[in-house]
Amino acid sequence: MPDLGQYAGPVLASYAVAILLLVVLTALSLMRASKAKKTLDELEARRRNNG
Amino acid sequence: MSLWEYANPTRFMRLTDRVLPLFVVLTALTMVIGLVWGFFFTPDDYKQGSTVKIIFLHVPAAMMAINIWVMMLVASLIWLVRRHHVSALAARAAAPIGVTMTLIALFTGAIWGQPMWGTYWAWDPRLTAFMILFVFYLGYIALWSAIEDPDTAGDLTSILCLVGSVFALLSRYAVNFWNQGLHQGASLSMDKEQHIDNAYYIPLLFCIAGFVLFFVTLVILRTRTEIRTRRAAALLARERQG
Repeated sequence: MPDLGQYAGPVLASYAVAILLLVVLTALSLMRASKAKKTLDELEARRRNNG
Repeated sequence: MSLWEYANPTRFMRLTDRVLPLFVVLTALTMVIGLVWGFFFTPDDYKQGSTVKIIFLHVPAAMMAINIWVMMLVASLIWLVRRHHVSALAARAAAPIGVTMTLIALFTGAIWGQPMWGTYWAWDPRLTAFMILFVFYLGYIALWSAIEDPDTAGDLTSILCLVGSVFALLSRYAVNFWNQGLHQGASLSMDKEQHIDNAYYIPLLFCIAGFVLFFVTLVILRTRTEIRTRRAAALLARERQG
């Protein structure tokens, strides 16, 4: 860990919040992608079964 | 093969299925190299101390906040002129990434500003233009959600995107238009006299590349989701009819 001196608070807060926002955005995008794929797969399977 | 061929959703899905893993790997590599180098292995600035390390988040996020709006503008114009659905969906997919980048730029800017300027916020031209851009992003996302018919939503959000482009441009050039306010000029300059030292410049380039790749990866993933959601809605509507 580098010595951040008197500015440790602002620097660490910047990194923590920015990384958290990027991780949350990625997680939400992946969850939505997975849900959309599952829904579409089910609908297409139902369509094939119904002819 | 023409670029327009990829406006076909099936071709777009087939191509992106192949390239997405490559973008994931490149994004992870450049982000980790840039941020670890910037945070752990750069020296303190003689004036700003360790707060200079915030540059590795603030500058790439601010650049992306503006450039994502420009990408949305291009995609919106393609939708308005050529009616390619993939372009409208790509613009929609990009907006949440843009709003996140704007939020990161505003937050890290405020955190950096307090010890350097003595205040978290000032109604400075660049800061104000950025705040308005943030509101435009929120409005754009809300408008997409508020309108049921996707083509009408595409049309209206495209118009909103055209209007908001004024503030995206102002965010970029406000410091050139008005020589006032707290925010300094561009950190990255082609002029060698004004150039930041290579100790910061090279890891910053990695961070910028990482943020660009992060955007490309997520916008591909999210556009694929939008295409699937649209297709599922069409299948459901067909089921209900028949």
